[in-house]
Amino acid sequence: MADESTGENIGENIGESTGENPPGFAESGTPPRVVIVDDHRLFRSGVRGELGDAVDVIGEAGDVDSAVEVITEKRPDLVLLDVHLPGGGGSEVLRRILPRNPEIRFLALSVSDAAEDVIGVVRGGARGYVTKTISGRELADAIVRVADGDAVFSPRLAGFVLDAFSATDAPPMDPELDRLTQREREVLRLIARGYAYKEVAKELFISVKTVETHVSSVLRKLQLSNRHELSRWATARRLV
Amino acid sequence: MTETASRPAQTPRLVRPRRGRLVAGVGAGLARHLGIDAVVTRLALLALCFGGVGIAVYIVLVLFVPVEDAEDADAPAAGEDPQSEAGRKGRDISQLIAYCALAGGLGMLALLFGGWFEPVLWFIIFGAIGATILWQQANPALREEWMSTSVLAQSSKSWARTGAGILLVVIGAIGFLVFQQQLSEARAGLTFAATIIAGISLIAAPWIIGLVRERDKERRERIRSQERAELAAHIHDSVLHTLTLIQRRAEDPREVQRLARVQERALRSWLYQRPADAETTVKAALERVAAEVEETHGVPIEVVCVGDCPIDDGIHAELRAAREAMVNASKYAGSDAISVFGEVDPEEVLVFVRDRGAGFDLDAVPEDRMGVRGSILGRMERHGGSARIRTAPGEGTEVQLRMPRRQEPAG
Repeated sequence: MADESTGENIGENIGESTGENPPGFAESGTPPRVVIVDDHRLFRSGVRGELGDAVDVIGEAGDVDSAVEVITEKRPDLVLLDVHLPGGGGSEVLRRILPRNPEIRFLALSVSDAAEDVIGVVRGGARGYVTKTISGRELADAIVRVADGDAVFSPRLAGFVLDAFSATDAPPMDPELDRLTQREREVLRLIARGYAYKEVAKELFISVKTVETHVSSVLRKLQLSNRHELSRWATARRLV
Repeated sequence: MTETASRPAQTPRLVRPRRGRLVAGVGAGLARHLGIDAVVTRLALLALCFGGVGIAVYIVLVLFVPVEDAEDADAPAAGEDPQSEAGRKGRDISQLIAYCALAGGLGMLALLFGGWFEPVLWFIIFGAIGATILWQQANPALREEWMSTSVLAQSSKSWARTGAGILLVVIGAIGFLVFQQQLSEARAGLTFAATIIAGISLIAAPWIIGLVRERDKERRERIRSQERAELAAHIHDSVLHTLTLIQRRAEDPREVQRLARVQERALRSWLYQRPADAETTVKAALERVAAEVEETHGVPIEVVCVGDCPIDDGIHAELRAAREAMVNASKYAGSDAISVFGEVDPEEVLVFVRDRGAGFDLDAVPEDRMGVRGSILGRMERHGGSARIRTAPGEGTEVQLRMPRRQEPAG
């Protein structure tokens, strides 16, 4: 995945990522190489066991410094990142890794479902967010998806995004970034209702690929928009 | 006055009221105690002041008459108009000004005609007032009374008071000496005293500052340890208790999961402290309903809610229908999770309850089954909303509830 098309800009290759690129992990069947970053050793081994053969766990870390070390050394396809970490939290890992290694994907994983945590780490560069109550099968699915360059939204993250983009008090500064299209809104609403991408596609009579494109586009807006709610959530993030 | 104890109803105890006072509440307190109008006692006190006696009386009363209890102050006293400006706020400034003007006028009269204007007396009064202020500062209960008016300006106000008190005492003392023609004689002594005081301050200052810091530190420590104790108590009552229960019920995975979810939710709400307005807005109510159903039936329910609004009758019915849908999904679907999505539009409130369980054939449900028809479809239609159920065997079920908002959105 570390090819040249993955530019500095996070939003650059979204939507086209599966176009001419080599087949993703989903099609090729080679499991993505993953580093698990979480400060609970029990949880790390639990996830490792649950994921089984679906992914190839090549490293673990329990705090920010060792995470940066392991990731720089092993250069995985994907990092499973806990939001609350000793040493500055998941955002700090993103801040130190992403500028130099934009090809590494991050999937955030947390027990917390507070808006500040979710939005903070997604705006930090994570391409998806799931809660720790997720089942092993769903987690493996989400990992493969994110490793392939797609975005993974939990129902709750979809709800937060709808909330953040629905308040219409101030005119948007950048209409392209600060507003969701009707279609994106529909997709998010279905995700918030608990629909899987496949079900969303069926419901809207579009292809799964198109659903993924919409979600990636929403992720890009989420990361780059300056909407008041988003910046407020992003800065209000507390590190427990 | 000796009969106050035997007739508490007729003669209130002599206290300085918190409300309706002009200066320190002596006039108002006396009036209430004697059962006469406050104007009378205030004028009497004012008149007495010109002999100097009144001021002494006033100061003694301020020092020795207790302040009214806070609880008593909340109930407006009998005979006092609860709506009056003075009753609601601390003191009535315009009245105070009127009395000051009256005092000034009387003072001028005394200056013009009276022979008994004694400068010395006035300086004694200055000193006495200053001393009173300083004494007040030292008494924690009274300090609290003074500061209760404004929490923000507490410390600066207290410093201003201390400063004013010291200034008045110094003016009083120096003025007394000047008018007794003893200042020149006392000058040497004053210089000596001032030097000694300055020296002692220099020696004692670091020590005093150290003491103050030490006290602050101790106070912080105490607050911290209190917080820790509170946290420990909370963890003990909730988390440890649940963990014990889980160990005991280890052979029943469903019950273990239920306990864990209940505890997780409790801890979450404690940590993130969502406002407890479950009865008033859609979001909180939906979360509460889901929590209750989950607790009873043991199937995890995830709630996502976008937007929020107050609950009216229609939305109340919608929430009851949503609860019924959640109960059905928990009981019959055999799904391992239920998704609930609420959305508040400007025009309507939508609720979706979805499971990935067995599903059923809607047409095969007998007409007399109350669950779906009565509690969900019928209830929504009676309140002007609508309900749709999408299901098929093997495909799970989604109940869609739609209720128009009647009231204009607030704001």
